[in-house]
Amino acid sequence: MSDKIEINCTVNDQQLKLHAYPMERLLNVLREQLRLTGTKEGCGEGECGACSVMIDGRIVNSCLVPVAQAEGASIKTIEGVAVSENQLHAVQQAFIECGGAQCGICTPGMVMAAVDLLEKTPNPTEAEIRNGLAGNLCRCTGYMKIFESVVRAIGK
Amino acid sequence: MRAYVPSYQLISPASLGEALDVLASDNGTWKPFAGGTDLMVLLEAGKLTHQNYVNIWNLPELRGIDVTANEITLGALTTYTQVQNHRTLREEFPMLCQAASETGGLAIQNRGTLGGNIVNASPAADSPPALLAYDAELELVSRAGERKVPYATFHQGYKQMDIRPGELLRTIRLPRHFQKLIHYYRKVGTRKAQAISKICFAATAVAAADITHVRIAMGSVAPIPIRCVKTEAALVGKAINEATIAEAKDTLASEISPIGDIRSTKDYRLKVSLNLLEDFISQLGR
Repeated sequence: MSDKIEINCTVNDQQLKLHAYPMERLLNVLREQLRLTGTKEGCGEGECGACSVMIDGRIVNSCLVPVAQAEGASIKTIEGVAVSENQLHAVQQAFIECGGAQCGICTPGMVMAAVDLLEKTPNPTEAEIRNGLAGNLCRCTGYMKIFESVVRAIGK
Repeated sequence: MRAYVPSYQLISPASLGEALDVLASDNGTWKPFAGGTDLMVLLEAGKLTHQNYVNIWNLPELRGIDVTANEITLGALTTYTQVQNHRTLREEFPMLCQAASETGGLAIQNRGTLGGNIVNASPAADSPPALLAYDAELELVSRAGERKVPYATFHQGYKQMDIRPGELLRTIRLPRHFQKLIHYYRKVGTRKAQAISKICFAATAVAAADITHVRIAMGSVAPIPIRCVKTEAALVGKAINEATIAEAKDTLASEISPIGDIRSTKDYRLKVSLNLLEDFISQLGR
């Protein structure tokens, strides 16, 4: 049996002290302890990307990260993507305009993947967009609208 | 059924030395935990039977890619993303970079490590065939000292490895080659992204009229990732022609032992393996 440990990390620019069992999934801590329920659970095994968050500027599946490994990390979730209370991120705005969100479960992960892609590759080719979204599954299979959303967000 | 999380230990030592102390203690009941991309899947499925883990993710001693005149040394925690982003690896070890780019999606590539891929010892893993074809050598470290093991002899049976209690994989070394090599890597899965291999084939040889320095390694055709040494022997010194291809295919068919499972059938795996071998040999002649 393990005891809860203290984890110091930053979530959406807020410095936090978390208390959790070391093997708890970052996904659960975000959703249940911090009530950041924008991050979704899909498959729980790293196949679908619904739980995608950024750790230190890189996209990861939060279902595969034990919270002990978040020590010292800077985490960004879908709640931290918008520019401000009144201004969405260009990717979020593009998803609205292009109908990139259907049932909504894959959407936060898709947005995180698209934000990650555009941060690293501001002018992606079609192939780069497809590769950037390859780790995220949409069961409504609305991939074209999601793809078009990313295209619209380029350069904004 | 999901795992009961409080029953798992995951302690985070501050240095490699401390980690080795823990691994040497309690009769080897502590196991290393790196990027978590395999172990966390088992945890969520309630199938992670072992409970005591040492978190090695933050140990700087296990990171970094070092290039010298004759070899490249990769820390065991080198991620798939770091493999792909490394210029010398892209130029000289393209099959390893391709394997890294075809393992999971970006989120997995940012967390999954080369060392983890090796010691998880899945026969379907994507990087082992490339590492075998590039004559990789492993460096293991423990409180008892260091030990070097040719990667070709590391996997001994299904999930059985030449690693002793208390030992940790520290680095993977790749000898550099200065001849012009043909690199031929093919992963065959159900879809292009996020698929586990039905067949993985990695081969190199010097591009010349006669075949030299040939290495052929495969995944998902045996209980371990294998170097196909008999098939290599059937090719060395031969001219590239129909007879050479036929003999090599016969040899490979007897050297691999694919099975039918949830991902593919024995017949399909055998047929595709032989097709890939033929395609590889044909490319040598171009």
